[in-house]
Amino acid sequence: MSEKPFVHPYIPNAAPATKEAMLRELGLQSVDEIYAEIPERLQFKGRLDIPEPILAERDLKRHVMELLDRNRSCVDFLNFCGAGCWQHYVPAVVDEVINRAEFLSAYCGANYSDLGKYLTRFEFNSMLGELLDLDGVANPIYDWGDVAGRAFRMARRITGRDVVLVPGHISPMRLAEIRTLCQPEELPTSTKIRFYEWDRATGMVDLDDLRRKLGEFAGRVAAVYWENPSYLGTIEAAGADIVRLAHEHGALAIAGVDPITLGVLTPPGTLGADIACGDIQPLGVHMHAGGGCSGFIAFRDDDPIFAQECPLELYTVLETKTPGQYAVAEAIAERTSYGSRDQGKDWVGTASGLWTIAAAVYMAVMGPQGFREVGETCIARSHYAAALLAEVPGVSVKLSPHFFKEFVVNFDGCGKTVAEVNKALLGHGIFGGKDLSGEFPELGQSALYCVTEYHNKDEIERLAAAVTEVTA
Amino acid sequence: MSETREEKVARLARLRRDGGVLRDYHAARWDEPFIWELGAPGQRGVFVPLAEPEVTEKVGAAADHIPEGMRRAAAPDLPEVAQHQVLRHYLRYSQMTLGMDLGSDISEGTCTMKYSPKMHEELVRYHRCADLHPWQDEETMQGLLEIVWRTGEYLKAISGMDAVTFQPGGGSHAVYTNACVMREYFRARGELEQRREMITTIFSHPCDAATPMVAGFKVVTVMPDENGYPDLEAFRAAVSERTAGCMITNPEDTGIYNPQIDKYVEILHEAGALAFTDQANANGILGVARARDAGFDACHFNLHKTFSSPHGCEGPASGAYLVSEKLAPFLPVPVVVKDGDRYRLDYDRPQSIGRVRGFLGNWMAVVRAYAWIRSLGPDGLREVAEISVLNNNYLDNLLTAIRGVSRPYAEGHRRLDQVRYSLQQLKEETGVGTEAVRDRMVDFGIQSYWMSHHPWIVPEPFTPEPCETYDKDDLDEWAAVIKKVCDEAYEDPGFVLGAPYNQTIEKMARLEALEEPDQWAFTWRAYKRKVLKQK
Repeated sequence: MSEKPFVHPYIPNAAPATKEAMLRELGLQSVDEIYAEIPERLQFKGRLDIPEPILAERDLKRHVMELLDRNRSCVDFLNFCGAGCWQHYVPAVVDEVINRAEFLSAYCGANYSDLGKYLTRFEFNSMLGELLDLDGVANPIYDWGDVAGRAFRMARRITGRDVVLVPGHISPMRLAEIRTLCQPEELPTSTKIRFYEWDRATGMVDLDDLRRKLGEFAGRVAAVYWENPSYLGTIEAAGADIVRLAHEHGALAIAGVDPITLGVLTPPGTLGADIACGDIQPLGVHMHAGGGCSGFIAFRDDDPIFAQECPLELYTVLETKTPGQYAVAEAIAERTSYGSRDQGKDWVGTASGLWTIAAAVYMAVMGPQGFREVGETCIARSHYAAALLAEVPGVSVKLSPHFFKEFVVNFDGCGKTVAEVNKALLGHGIFGGKDLSGEFPELGQSALYCVTEYHNKDEIERLAAAVTEVTA
Repeated sequence: MSETREEKVARLARLRRDGGVLRDYHAARWDEPFIWELGAPGQRGVFVPLAEPEVTEKVGAAADHIPEGMRRAAAPDLPEVAQHQVLRHYLRYSQMTLGMDLGSDISEGTCTMKYSPKMHEELVRYHRCADLHPWQDEETMQGLLEIVWRTGEYLKAISGMDAVTFQPGGGSHAVYTNACVMREYFRARGELEQRREMITTIFSHPCDAATPMVAGFKVVTVMPDENGYPDLEAFRAAVSERTAGCMITNPEDTGIYNPQIDKYVEILHEAGALAFTDQANANGILGVARARDAGFDACHFNLHKTFSSPHGCEGPASGAYLVSEKLAPFLPVPVVVKDGDRYRLDYDRPQSIGRVRGFLGNWMAVVRAYAWIRSLGPDGLREVAEISVLNNNYLDNLLTAIRGVSRPYAEGHRRLDQVRYSLQQLKEETGVGTEAVRDRMVDFGIQSYWMSHHPWIVPEPFTPEPCETYDKDDLDEWAAVIKKVCDEAYEDPGFVLGAPYNQTIEKMARLEALEEPDQWAFTWRAYKRKVLKQK
């Protein structure tokens, strides 16, 4: 052991008297005698090549804050980037609750001692179920792409079929995650992704091509997946038709959904979807450079097969010995990897529990009225932004006039690339839209802009003025 | 009769020593209705920005922009509750959650429930950390990229590995990433068809078995020998030209360090296979032993366990995944690289597995890990390990003296960071098993302990992990609670089986709902339909 000049505030038993007393109790001279369990040849004899400690909390905080101050945030700048992680307003009461020490520090405590966590989780599931119009909601995990891939694997297990049909304008990033989960196609256990077309003029799915693909892969299609809104922002009008076609071919219908739209848009359960998935980040979670994402899976519960094949943890409400008192406990736990290791359904692990608490508080404060209003404001302000940008010479707005908060802005007419426009916008304190030119070359120099209730009219007009200037 | 402060402190110390009744504790019980049972129609928790008149004038009504058939017909049946009432409701729920900060979370072994410094929360709540968009220009994220890059360098030093990603959102996710990286490695070599088996051990975390299955491998599980180590001969027999690799924990969840771990790695390498070590249990070996030195090709760390990021009711977490040079090309994209004095995200990695997660990962956990490592330095990290194993052996000394408690395997060998104990004797002699003890110990303000992952190879198991956070009094108290409950079991088993008594609620009932489709209710709407028989 090396000489240590201090007893660290995070290591109380390093105090020499305590440490010696404990060693004495064990009949040991030194902790090295315990480490004798590790053979000499496997022991690291050097000193770790990491910097000396910054002991004073004040100094450490200064050091890390100086690093963080090299960032420019979406509070410093106006942000119009979405594309899978969206800037919505987070009510202060949400942060107040999730920063409670009890919630922040809890982990896997059992039903009685951590009951509040389980009750909040059940309320989250129940409120999300109301938004989605679905009875079964599982405990969320990493993000949208992850749960989409898991939903596809779930459909494969339920139907015994191996093809999932996916719209061609899915987010390439989301698709990359899905492909990892669905395995390389040469593996016999892989789930095969096949695409159906979308209308380049409107952004809507091509139902004729979906019919063709259902015919081409007849008997093999486990599920048809669609998104609402689509990655490119458009509100899909044909959801009910997609469900009908999928069911006619013995396939499941899986909807990818942004839940903040569901105060105004028809929910997937109403459209007849068997499974829904998506991300709860819009519901009261800060973006954290994407760390705010958290994917959910919900399903019909009129047939137990959906719950039985769901890979994520499920929690049911229970009663106690006292009338009117409720508990919450994990249901059909054998099914998960915790219950059955490699015989379980996929795997579960530490997921995103704190974000489900945030979303529970968010849904509770928003209520039906708040969800309707936030939906209406997103639509109104994003359309206002689109209208102003379309007035800029050389700039146009593409695809359907039906969008929720994201829309495609094209810069072909001004002879500038999106990269150039976005670099120039930085000088105006603005993060421009996500560059689509690499992902969808057929859209030319286009960017996906996101305008939510976060941005007011003046800020949208600042964007339009800046775009006018940098594209001139 | 009132006692003085000094008398009370002395009494509690005496009781701890004697294993008597400990704290006069009762969990918060608020008798709180569900959120939808609060409030009234017309109430609301927050005002939302509305479109300005000029906006509406220009674009018209929002509803007109929604296609036919896609306008929600009936409003969602969500609560209508004012803000204070919502806050109070969830504060009450938080009080009905013991968590780690309030209690003594030595209990949750394999989870390394260490203190998460509060200053780190100020860092991650700062808008230049919390309110960053993942697609914003890299030039506007240089500070965050530098923190992530530096943390990667530190973890490389701690593990001896050559490259790192922080994309996985948890430990199991990092383990899954490993299965995908190994898959891609053999695919690139044209050996995927041949190497379809992954080996793990029964005392490795379930994810070491489940994630290779998800990646498409057949999983071979090696059972322990009489010392609790993975049986070396069984292991040798399991390895063949069909083996892609091994995913193994060391020390395993028993706390036993496998002294021949490098031999297992050698056997794998001789067969052309790869070796990964799941380092969920790394807290006792920081600065003491490095994965690469035992020959491993890859490993991971849980930033929410070993590196202090709070557990947050089961996430968001971060699994740092580290590899040797030969696996580096297969890491998920993007990877953080340093070019001169700038940092950037490298997507141009043609051999990459692609992605296991969108965007970048849970980098707020990386910021906390960075601050934690910087607060300790090289000697401090080693001190973390030393004190955690000292604490564990001190607690072990107390627990193994308790009637009814035993410690299977490897007699005469010391455990490192944790121990898997058995209450088999208690169960046989009193009928009180580990679940009943778990539900009684919470009556003393101690978090319910982690029993074991399934299957229970150790009968009636429990697994405490007294990491460096806990002081000697905490250890004494924890052992005293176990002793108290075991003593109660011998005196009055029925009493223990009826526990808890001082908790948030009474004992749970209608347990058939855990398995019966017409009884389980994952949402309140399902409960109304199935149990309350409401339309």
